[in-house]
Amino acid sequence: MATTYQLKRADFVFKNENDWEQVLSSIIRRSPQELINELISSELKGRGGAGFPTGLKWKITSELKADQKYVICNADEGEPGTFKDREILQRVPYKVLTAMAACGYVIGSNEGYIYLRGEYKFLEPELLKVIDEFEYFCKEINLDFKVKIFMGSGAYICGEETALFESMEGKRGEPRNKPPYPSTFGYMGKPTVINNVETLAHAFTIFKYGAKKFYDLGVQYSRGTKLFSVSGDTPKPGIYELELGMSLQDFVYEFGDGDTKAVQVGGASGFLVPRKKFADTAIGYQGKLTGISLPTGGSMMLFNSSRSMFNVLDNYLEFFREESCGQCTPCRVGCQQLLIGIKAVKRGERPATYLDKLLRLTETMQYTAKCGLGQSVANSFSSIVENFREEMIY
Amino acid sequence: MSPIQSLIKDLADQYGRKRESLLPILQGVVEQEKYLSEYSMVEIAREIDIPAAEVYGTATFYSFLEVKKMGRFIIRVCKTITCSMKGKSQVLFAIQDMLKIKIGETTADGRFSLLETNCLGLCHKAPAMLINNEVYTDLTPEKIREIISDYMTK
Repeated sequence: MATTYQLKRADFVFKNENDWEQVLSSIIRRSPQELINELISSELKGRGGAGFPTGLKWKITSELKADQKYVICNADEGEPGTFKDREILQRVPYKVLTAMAACGYVIGSNEGYIYLRGEYKFLEPELLKVIDEFEYFCKEINLDFKVKIFMGSGAYICGEETALFESMEGKRGEPRNKPPYPSTFGYMGKPTVINNVETLAHAFTIFKYGAKKFYDLGVQYSRGTKLFSVSGDTPKPGIYELELGMSLQDFVYEFGDGDTKAVQVGGASGFLVPRKKFADTAIGYQGKLTGISLPTGGSMMLFNSSRSMFNVLDNYLEFFREESCGQCTPCRVGCQQLLIGIKAVKRGERPATYLDKLLRLTETMQYTAKCGLGQSVANSFSSIVENFREEMIY
Repeated sequence: MSPIQSLIKDLADQYGRKRESLLPILQGVVEQEKYLSEYSMVEIAREIDIPAAEVYGTATFYSFLEVKKMGRFIIRVCKTITCSMKGKSQVLFAIQDMLKIKIGETTADGRFSLLETNCLGLCHKAPAMLINNEVYTDLTPEKIREIISDYMTK
């Protein structure tokens, strides 16, 4: 069943607004409860990909009593095909900082961190300047809030929130068991709100223009706009802000090169959608009533008919094998065996039916892996193998 | 006190001597030395008073914290899907041809090291690479020859 939504462009995140001082001043004149309600009624969900309601996150942490709480901005953008957070921090960093300070005000925290991935080290000098200016203004309006940058060192897994805390605590970036969740037990064991860069940028928009403006965009369960990182076989790669809920068909019509064979939605840990399913696929969070709805951290990679899906899967698996933290067996061994397995099938050393065995392995990983990395390998693996089985074999 | 010892002491003065200070200290040493020698890892362990094995275990987890001797300029070519589709191999060939080294090797003069890395977040300008912290995008073999020649004189 095709959706009827057209591609709707928007321009909030990158709109250059030099009024963050006023926005921040007006934020701290409102009560924390009012701000939480504003966020909750906007139905903003985490833009890193997982989609947890942001207002709820802030609310849970605000209700806890602790001697110290933390606000963390997750800028460990490592998902293949995602590059929006870098652009946000480059072009509108003050929006992110304002939203972090607002969060600090709401939950009662005076310490914020930006966990910046090692690959983005080149952003650091400029960002430090902006933070200086920002902290100076906070002092002026008597808001006790400091922001520090914590540099990562090249580990995809540190984008997982609990692995990120471990990394900040000076340890190997190995995810923790959940629960407890960061809201109650985060960085240094203290209640912590951790938000994606883009989520914070949207929070700025909501505080400035009100929840309704945001809520009116998008579709049911997937409100507002989202930045999409478009790459691959497209004549116009780049970052685009679009309303959620669009059909993949419309997306490809706009961004495809006329020969689009498949689109990878949500990066290597997301799903590959073949052409025949474009019309039935919408981009948004789960829970939409019609058709399939795929969530995404914003990565949209297009592949045209010249691409071998075997090579694509091989590349993903190589990525996962290297980036698996090695802590839990299903993910560590699973990623290795999947890679060995598809190569063996390709070379004819294993029968085609071996692919079904590998599919069952990904299913096991989905149930038993400790964190999202191991669990989501199944997404791309099964969607590629099931839709392009012949390319895996011949 | 050896130069590395005093570097580590300075870093510890700046970031503290707690476990949370470990990553910034490791990064500080790598920034200067380009890698972590066994000696510097032992010294870091001594300075912040944790087992050396913990320092080693943490350092080896992160791909940007090298524990092998590296050249002054570390070239990291992105090998993830979009870059690999958009001509990463030709870029690599061009670099290898110029520097006469393979992936994972360092030139004899200790100037360049060549590595592959996972997604740099520059897929819309693929293929991309880093030289130390500097970003280079939309690479072609011609562009590579220009960039590398430039670095050869540095």
